[in-house]
Amino acid sequence: MNLMEKLEILSDSAKYDVACTSSGVNKTSNNMGIGSASKMGICHSFSADGRCISLLKVLMTNYCIYDCKYCINRRSNDVKRVAFTPRELADLTMNFYKRNYIEGLFLSSGIIKNPDYTCEKIIEVVRILREEYHFFGYIHAKAIPGADEALLQRLGMLVDRMSVNIEMPTEKSLNLLAPDKSKKAILDNMKIIDNKITENKYDIVKYKKAPKFAPAGQSTQMIVGATGETDYQILRLTEGLYKKYSLKRVFYSAYIPVVDNPLLPSKIDYKPPLLREHRLYQADWLLRFYGFNANELLDEKNQSFNPLIDPKCNWAINNMDLFPVDVNKASFEMLLRVPGIGVKSAKRIVIARKSRSLDFTALKKIGVVLKRAQYFITCSGKLNINLNINNDNIIRNLISEKGISLLDNNFLNNSFEQLTLFPQEKVIGQDIVKSITGEF
Amino acid sequence: MTKNAVIYEYDGSFEGLLCCVFESFDKKEIPLDIVSDDREQILLLSKRYIENSQEKANRVYKYIVDKGGKKAINLIKKAFLTCHPRKEFLILIMVRKIHKQGQFAFNDLSDNVVSQLFDSVKNLNNEAHLFKGFIRFSIKDNFMIAQIEPKNNVLPLIKNHFIDRFPNECFMIYDKTHSLGLLYKPHKSIIVNIDEFNMDTPTMEELEYRRLWKNYYDSIAIKERENHKCRQSHMPKRYWTNMTEFQDINQIQEKNNLMIENK
Repeated sequence: MNLMEKLEILSDSAKYDVACTSSGVNKTSNNMGIGSASKMGICHSFSADGRCISLLKVLMTNYCIYDCKYCINRRSNDVKRVAFTPRELADLTMNFYKRNYIEGLFLSSGIIKNPDYTCEKIIEVVRILREEYHFFGYIHAKAIPGADEALLQRLGMLVDRMSVNIEMPTEKSLNLLAPDKSKKAILDNMKIIDNKITENKYDIVKYKKAPKFAPAGQSTQMIVGATGETDYQILRLTEGLYKKYSLKRVFYSAYIPVVDNPLLPSKIDYKPPLLREHRLYQADWLLRFYGFNANELLDEKNQSFNPLIDPKCNWAINNMDLFPVDVNKASFEMLLRVPGIGVKSAKRIVIARKSRSLDFTALKKIGVVLKRAQYFITCSGKLNINLNINNDNIIRNLISEKGISLLDNNFLNNSFEQLTLFPQEKVIGQDIVKSITGEF
Repeated sequence: MTKNAVIYEYDGSFEGLLCCVFESFDKKEIPLDIVSDDREQILLLSKRYIENSQEKANRVYKYIVDKGGKKAINLIKKAFLTCHPRKEFLILIMVRKIHKQGQFAFNDLSDNVVSQLFDSVKNLNNEAHLFKGFIRFSIKDNFMIAQIEPKNNVLPLIKNHFIDRFPNECFMIYDKTHSLGLLYKPHKSIIVNIDEFNMDTPTMEELEYRRLWKNYYDSIAIKERENHKCRQSHMPKRYWTNMTEFQDINQIQEKNNLMIENK
């Protein structure tokens, strides 16, 4: 078996794991070896699907004792089985790294023999890299559920980030599709990692040179669309994970069928729910950087995201009594809640308004995109004079372009027809916006 | 203050530009533009060549630091590396603004000059960040060589990143657009002018890793999610020329074989 073929099979199997960034930690080798990491993460390329390639993302092996229904490597599936030797994989990583193809290694594995044995193999690759090759680049390793705590401890001291995939949003789905995995084992692992990171933080305070346990924290991913959970359920779970296990990131992976199974959506005519995944990421961002709670974005009555407009915009038009806000007076927190204004724009507004009071031209100059924001803000009490108050325009402006590109064309045409039924009167922007919400 | 119908010409160095700033303050005039002497242009207007003087440059440099702080001088240094066609003029106006408003000059983000300056620096920073990822080294005899064609002069910005990353290696990054090369060997670095440079023919081992990488690149994409527009917005095509994943490795190998045969 040559290296080329192994790499092809073992990267092909790993590609559905999306929890793959190189972010979360700044470090250099201080001339002691090779490699560094940057907190903001670095993309080394973008694949044909537009996703960032940052790490060499491979499985140690695709042999597996488990039989998870959605997984291409499940025991009962007839696929070619291969495995890297630890040395082989460490050498490949170094050679890719030196050519600046990658930021580091993302290592996962099928379960060979048992979780402990698998974990030991992963540790061996990372040990060679760190201790023999003095590699200081980014390493993300999967914590194998059910592996011994001592092994997790050893792995955590060698890698930058650890993750345990929660796989399915609910225990029911997990039992159905991944009968060998248990929610408890997964969450227990998360808890162990979280505790070790916290414990280690005290050590670092006590002894400055104490080695760090997974300094870039832990993350997880779940599959969206394979089972019937609603957006609300998923978002609540996400919120819980951030709070309870202090996760750095939760990743969502639109389900893509790789196997046929009566329990899963049929492969025929199946389209991965990319728009749903996109909305979940948007909402995830709102939880982490914009001070939103899951309950503000969705609730028991509205369990799904609006396909046409992004979650923040949706929240805003359901809370029109809070708008418009004046850019020259509003607090930073409130500016963050204006659709179309991001963290950077909000910061710039707060700085720029110290020098002079801002009007709409000024906003444009400092880089605030007005397309959506214009309906929710005033500048010193004035609405945008160029505001085009025409149903069609408002709708078109509020709908995110990315959303449109992911929507089914038929659906879009129908929605536009429905949405443009309003009379073409000159009314104030927000009233129209309100009437749109009635339609949604 | 009047706008005199004069254009300053300088030697293209940062010190030279600071001397132009000195001249402008000294003569109490604002030139129509400031151009470097390596830029060929036909002008009807009179040009005044501003001599480079270390002493004048130092005075302006110190003045900017005193008046606007470290942040101000760093921003101006960065602005000088951008590809804004009128960066020199913008810098002059910016120094005049610092002269009036001190460090607060930079808060005025909606001002015409400040916003243009910030935008072009943002563009420079973005491009530098992208190159931290998009640069591809070829390795021969333990020496790493890469070629880039950036719009902005990014070498000074990415220098420390690659030195921190490969402190014990020897490498060179050649900027074809600006004819500059960053050379590094432990633990010394230098940026020099390189007028002409051609990449060496790759070794068999090098070609093998390129092939492995290209293969990995192709197999990592998920077919059901293919989105070329998205890829291109993250990684515009102008970067592809020097990236391994878009090379035809077999063609390179054939060329190599031919060369060996001819020898």
